Amino acid sequence: MLAFDMPAELSRDDVLKIAALANLRLEADEIDRFARQLADILAYADEVRQVDTTGVAPTASVMARPAADRADEVQPSLTIADTLANAPDPDDSREEGGFFKVPRVIG
Amino acid sequence: MTIASLTGLRDAVRSGARSATEICREALDAIHALNPSLNAFNTVAAERALAHAAVIDADRDRWREAPLAGVPIAVKDNLCTKGLRTTASSRMLEAYVPPYDATAVSRLEAAGAVIVGKTNCDEFAMGSSNENSAFGPVHNPWALDRTPGGTSGGSAAAVAARIVPLALGSDTGGSIRQPAALCGVVGVKPTYGRVSRYGLIAHASSLDQVGPIAASVRDAALGLTVLAGADPADATSAPEPVPDFAAALTGDVRGLRIGVPRALVGAGVDADVSRAFLAALEVLAARGAVLVDIDLPHARYAIPVYYLVSTAEASSNLARYDGVRYGLRVNDANLRAMYARTRDAGFGPEVKRRIMLGTYVLSAGYYDAYYLKAQQVRTLILDDYDRAFERADLVAMPTSPTGAFPLGERVADPLQMYLADVFTVSASLAGLPAVSVPCGFTRGHGAAKPGDSCPGEGGLPIGLQLTGRRFDESTMLRAADAYERDTGWSSQRPPIANR
Repeated sequence: MLAFDMPAELSRDDVLKIAALANLRLEADEIDRFARQLADILAYADEVRQVDTTGVAPTASVMARPAADRADEVQPSLTIADTLANAPDPDDSREEGGFFKVPRVIG
Repeated sequence: MTIASLTGLRDAVRSGARSATEICREALDAIHALNPSLNAFNTVAAERALAHAAVIDADRDRWREAPLAGVPIAVKDNLCTKGLRTTASSRMLEAYVPPYDATAVSRLEAAGAVIVGKTNCDEFAMGSSNENSAFGPVHNPWALDRTPGGTSGGSAAAVAARIVPLALGSDTGGSIRQPAALCGVVGVKPTYGRVSRYGLIAHASSLDQVGPIAASVRDAALGLTVLAGADPADATSAPEPVPDFAAALTGDVRGLRIGVPRALVGAGVDADVSRAFLAALEVLAARGAVLVDIDLPHARYAIPVYYLVSTAEASSNLARYDGVRYGLRVNDANLRAMYARTRDAGFGPEVKRRIMLGTYVLSAGYYDAYYLKAQQVRTLILDDYDRAFERADLVAMPTSPTGAFPLGERVADPLQMYLADVFTVSASLAGLPAVSVPCGFTRGHGAAKPGDSCPGEGGLPIGLQLTGRRFDESTMLRAADAYERDTGWSSQRPPIANR
């Protein structure tokens, strides 16, 4: 996307679209405030977009070497009971193991 | 009570002169006396701590060589502690009790440390003032109406108030160093990969590092020696051998080249901070260090690059809080609505703002313009440091451009808050180790000036930041310790600690 295509400010619609992508519900007053604050921050970040980065590789990680493979061996891990202990709505009624329960998704 | 140095307490426990239980009780009493003023602790682990201390006292021989035998410590509340509530100072995790320990925590406990509590911080370690905690801000022990810095503000305040001699923090863009500076204690951000991140609640995974906060460079070095090293549970932890960092503190800095980015530190810095910084350089030069001018031309982009990269990573990391496996859930018959209502209720404003920003810069159409571009400029910032380290062994800057600012001053303006990180974020982006060591006080009501041995009324701590080459924490700690030997700043205590 070219520089002159960038929005000078964020509309309420833009903010609502981002919030939907992020699974965030915003209060009415948050929508206007975020529109203003995010636009301010992006305007400040604009100077980054002016830097000449022709031929510069991006840095995603500063690790000096790629992570080594480890042996594919079974190691001790959390029990099902420990794993479910923090679940907001656990189902541990079944003998074969417990479940995380969620609202009905289908039908 | 007076907390002795870490080594003093440890040696007393090892020799049997004092019991771990007695020392633990003192730390718990100090929390009881001071936490109402400081709000530095989210959770006090009295029973757990006393039980652990009793284990040490019951079998003293076993702990005779333990590097932290019976030393009471505080742990930032974004590091998982098995069976002990870990909230990240968020409503989202207000009732979360981890089923496992962070590696940093288990290493300290295996070395004999006794965890007395979990310290307050900015929510999910996002902030520069501790005001983003869902449980209220921490108050700076030097001035209760001011910020302790963030995000490890509770850990820095607990050490500054001499409640504990050592605390764990985490640093993504300055979150160990800046609160250490603002509270007048020592904070170390190790090289990326030096300390395992297993069990650290993720903020920005390419930047997060766990590190020690202590009342002296020597105590911080002792803590780092215990914390450092490869961990099979964290694939980004580094296999580099771990030296005895305390043994590197020889006091000798003759011929050490200290790079000073004059252009960077010349503007926008409080006059007292600037004077203290220049005076600190002279102290090191008088010990035989050589000051060299260096240039970090892309460091001026470090704040926007940091906020583009870290929010992108945070938006992805915090997607896991969906009300299903752990943490808060706000019920709704519709799954998507359950997610959204849970995240609305669980996250505070700054966390939402960063998730929004990160989601935006990763979204279709903006990824190249913001996120990819920021990653490219991150490369240029790294290259700047590589060039600087051809001419210098360390890079010196102030840790923070100002002393502690008043609580409430910057809350309404997130961008102004972000500027507090101007000197800390570039080392984070480059993955380099950095230490903040106390280097003076602001003049307060006019009594003290840089060079005076103690602060004047109302004076606020100032920090000197030294950044080293990757995996060369030893050199930076040696210089910080040498500086500390010639100045009395680290031993200054806030009046609240002299009880």
